[in-house]
This record gives sequence, C-alpha cells and structure tokens, in this order.
Amino acid sequence: MYVAAKGGEKAIRNAHALLGKRRRGDAGLPSITLDQIAQQLTLAVDRVMAEGSLYDVELASLAVKQARGDLIEAIFLIRAFRTTLPRFGNSRPLDTGDMLVRRRVSATYKDLPGGQLLGPTFDYTHRLLDTALGGEGGEYPVETGSDAPLAMPRVTDLLGQEGLIEAAPQDDGSEPFDITRAPVSFPVDRATRLQTLARGDEGYLLALGYSTQRGYARSHPFVGEIRFGDVEVVLDVPELGFEVSLGTVQVTECQMVNQFKGSAEVPPQFTRGYGLVFGQCERKAMSMALVERALRWQELGEEPGSPAQDEEFVLSHCDNVQATGFVEHLKLPHYVDFQAELDLVRRMRAESPAQMKEAAE
Amino acid sequence: MSAQATSSMPRSSMPDITYNFAYLDEQTKRMIRRAILKAIAVPGYQVPFAAREMPMPYGWGTGGVQVTAAVLGPKDVLKVIDQGADDTTNAVAIRGFFEKTARVATTTATADATVIQTRHRIPETALNENQILVYQVPIPEPLRFLEPRETETRQLHALAEYGLMHVKLYEDIARHGHIATTYAYPVEVAGRYVMDPSPIPKFDNPKMDDCPALQLFGAGREKRIYAIPPHTRVHSLDFEDHPFKVQHFAKPCALCAATGVYLDEVILDDKGGRMFVCSDTDYCNTRQAQGHVGELGVPAEDAA
Repeated sequence: MYVAAKGGEKAIRNAHALLGKRRRGDAGLPSITLDQIAQQLTLAVDRVMAEGSLYDVELASLAVKQARGDLIEAIFLIRAFRTTLPRFGNSRPLDTGDMLVRRRVSATYKDLPGGQLLGPTFDYTHRLLDTALGGEGGEYPVETGSDAPLAMPRVTDLLGQEGLIEAAPQDDGSEPFDITRAPVSFPVDRATRLQTLARGDEGYLLALGYSTQRGYARSHPFVGEIRFGDVEVVLDVPELGFEVSLGTVQVTECQMVNQFKGSAEVPPQFTRGYGLVFGQCERKAMSMALVERALRWQELGEEPGSPAQDEEFVLSHCDNVQATGFVEHLKLPHYVDFQAELDLVRRMRAESPAQMKEAAE
Repeated sequence: MSAQATSSMPRSSMPDITYNFAYLDEQTKRMIRRAILKAIAVPGYQVPFAAREMPMPYGWGTGGVQVTAAVLGPKDVLKVIDQGADDTTNAVAIRGFFEKTARVATTTATADATVIQTRHRIPETALNENQILVYQVPIPEPLRFLEPRETETRQLHALAEYGLMHVKLYEDIARHGHIATTYAYPVEVAGRYVMDPSPIPKFDNPKMDDCPALQLFGAGREKRIYAIPPHTRVHSLDFEDHPFKVQHFAKPCALCAATGVYLDEVILDDKGGRMFVCSDTDYCNTRQAQGHVGELGVPAEDAA
C-alpha cells in the first residue's frame, strides 16, 4: 500500500518557524537593533538601498536583519515593498555639482579646486585583521578635524571648459523612461541604460567592468572623479508654484574619463562613462561607469564583439533579484517535465538497443 | 528565552505596513488588465507589460500571480496547482498569499474553482466557460532556445517566420525518428502566432484546443502576457507524415485506476520498485472517493 506524501502546508510553517529561530540565533544574546545595523553595517545598508532602488535607511536595516545578512535577499525584500508604493511625483534632477562632499578623489589631477578629500575609505588601509574590534572595545578615538561636508566643482566640468571632453547630454525636459513602470525593449536609450545599471548587481557589473580592463572592449579609463556625499532632493509642486526640498540623500558618483580617437564629425576628445549609486558604493559606481562606456560603442563608432558591449546581454542579466529567482526556481518541483523526459529517454533506448550496446562498449 | 518573554517585549516602533486587495495597487491592476485585453484580442501574441516586483521570487510564479491578482474579484474561488497537485509547496505558498491579501475562497476541486493558477499542468477535469486558467510561464518565447535575442525573435513573430522551429522539429525526426520535445511543446494559435504553452507536458496540449475556459499566460521576469481566448484553435506543430502524438502510459494509475491521464512516477524502494500515480491530485482523490481502486490503492471506506 502506498500513501502519497502530504502536508506541504505544515512543512512550510515549520520551516519558517525554524528560519525565525535561526535568524534570532542564541537567545541569550541581545537582539541586534536596526540602529546598530544602520550605524555599524552602513555599507551593507547602502548596497541594499542602491540595488533595492529605495532610499530608506531604516527599512534597509530591517531588511538586512530579516534576511540574516543575505544582501540579495534583503534587496529583494526592499524591492517587493517598493513596488507597492504610490508614485506621487518626480523630483528635479539631482545636482551632484552642489553635493556636500564627504569624499572626493580624482586620479587625473594632482590637485584641483576643492582638493582631494579622502574621507571614510578602506583605501590605503593594511588589510590586517584587527583583533581589538573583536572585543567589547576597539572603538577608535577619532581625530576630528572638520567633519562638515564641503561643496566643490566637478572635475568633468573643469575639463569641459576647454572642450576636451564631450559635453554631458543636455536635459531636454522630456519625461525619462522608467524601467520600474514600463517594459524595456531593445535598443534602449541612455536613461534606461543608466537606470538598469544603477540597480544592477554589484558583482556582475564588477566582473564586466573588469573584463573591459583586460582587453574586452578596452576604453582606456581614468577616474576623472569619484565623489560621495549628500545631495538635496527637490520636488516641483505645481499647485504651490515653488520647489520643495524633500531632504538629502547620500550618493556616490563616478565620472570615468575615456579616450576617443574622434570621427568624421567629432574631433578627438575624451568621452565619459557614468556611474551613480545610492550610498557609499564606490566599487559599484566605478564598475557601472566602465560598463556604461563600453555599451556606447555604437554611438562612438567603435568595434563591437566583447561581452560588456552587448546591450541586450548586459542589461537583461544584471538584475540580481531576477537572476536569483530564476536560478533558484530550479529547486521547485519539476517532476512532470522530468517524467516526460524519462519516458522519452527510455523510449529512445528501447528503439535502438543495438546502438546502446555499441555505445556502452 | 521563552516564547512568552518574547511576546511581552515592546512592539517595534515602526508603523504596520498594509497592502491593497490582492497586493497590487489598482493602477497596476488596471495596467495588467489592459495587457490582458490586448492579449485576448491578439491570441498567442506576447504583450509586453510593466511587471512589478512581487513578494515571491522571479521564476516562482510572479507572472501568474500578477495575472491572477488582476482578474481576481472578492467572489472568486481560487485553486492553485503546481505539477498538477494542490499540496506542493509553491502551490501552498501562492494559495496562502491570496488567502491573506485578497481573502478569497480557495478550493482544491477543479469544478468549484473560477480561477485556477497552474504551473506545468492542465487539470484532467474538463474546464468550463466560467473559468479562467492562469499559467505561470518561465520563458514565454517559443523561439528563445533557437535565437537568444529578443530583438530578433520579435521580428520573426512579426513576419510569421517560423522556419527555425520547423527545421528544429525536422532535425529531431532526422536524428531520433520522432520529435524529441516532450514538454513546452510549441503550438500555433488561431492560425497565426507560434506560442510557448509553458512547460506543460505535451500530453496536455490537446486540452488547450477549443477550450471553453479563458487561458491566460503570465511571465513576470520576462514581462510578457499572452492569452488563448475561449474556443480558439490551438494546433501543436507537426508534419503531415509525423503527426503530433501525446505520451501514452502502459498502466493505469496505481491508486485510482484512471487511464488516459498524466501519471507521475514514484520510486518506492531502492530495488527498482516504482509505481505510477495521477499527477492531478484532485482528480485522483475524487476518483478514489467514488470507489475506484488501483492495484496499490485502498478502498475509500478503509482509508477513512
């Protein structure tokens, strides 16, 4: 006698209860607070906000906690919440030139107006495990100079004064395409490309950006500037007749300066690759800028053929929430289709016993 | 820490989050309904739609869930199946999602449902004109594995240029003596578009033809909706000298003795023991309740 396995509902409930228990860990330890996550795991929270496309430190911290530190899972939680939010307006374009800068470095000039400002960075640290942090103490007394952010001009604007770099595309005032509200079709415009990359997976963009440095669509990049700081978000309210400031967001902007030989219409000049990400995510902003530049091969009359230049390939696979869902869906039962394949393989083997025997020998 | 101690701890200061009926906001549902109407007007054509992120992963039925959310009303009765079964984990999760967000009645009985969301099967019980069958679709493009680029495949559909597919099927015959596609077997809808029926076994293909129920297909990750309106001609691609044939099972269901239904193979031990049982659990249970007994089944009154 055979009784089919039942009880999916109960099994799911139990699995989720166990997940909750494992998330909590040792109940003898205090539960980690959202403030602690927001303050001490800042870069994890930043990544969740960037790839989740929602700027909310508290919700992102909650997502990190709920996801047990699995950042793609946390990004997924934020996306699923974001999708339910009503859209009540579009802000005016951010002015990153007006950023209150917390960090700003340029690799193209030794010194420049506003100076180089290292800010909070892992760069130049010796990657030696600091056991002092493992204990209760380990707090660093900070030599506090001025922590107050500064305003400073963008490097690309300085280059632009000489006409040595292509002008940033002008805002023609038209409503930009919104990848979260309309289905994308290829080829895409600049807004679509940048939006897709901005919420794309950091690791994926890193690998593609890296590939351009190793000769697959080489673009001779220089970091014109990386800046990280606070930018004001402003909303036009037609009913009021004036702009309203909604507050500030922290963003990282990377302006990559790349060589360009020039063409029949355009004299030799530098070109731009652009990266912009919520929070402090320099690796992502730089990778995005490299990939963005590689995707512009057609517009600049360059030779195609490298993975990072393939718009449909790059943009269709950069979303980690989509990617993880589809890869992991292979865990779902497929026994109906597998049964059909089993039947076919058995039939094919039965049809050609001689062939099978031959192959086996 | 005991459960009691946990519950006596202060609640989080964050406000509760509430959701609209069936999770999606009304504008989004309207957008999806417009895509559905277009899909019904052009049978088999893949309509791009602005799929939203859902609280379940892409690839786990987000397209089907969005279509269901858009067509579901408070009086609907919902059935959700995965691999033909109501109690598979993902079916349970999706049914629970709509019980929670839409508070609709749910059922496992095919005949009682007004909306049936499915993954990989069409129920054995014939559907009627008061029902909607919503399929979850992973890859909506039937030509995708022949041509990976969307820009190319859209053109092929526009020109009704399906030579690639016919060559693929022909090559199967040349190599194996028959067509080697067993599931997601391509169909031609209303004499125009070639369509992916989602990964149902080709056994189910004939049920799509002239079906009185409305059939809707949702692909969330790929952002496509397509449809087969009621009583539409659905033809599984074949050749005159190699007509379309469905799988045939040598034995009836071991539990309910049904024949002419799709069976799952269940491995009983590590000595090669196996049995074949109905993939459609509702159909099998109903038959057993009616007194049908297969060779490994038990009479209904004994089991109770």
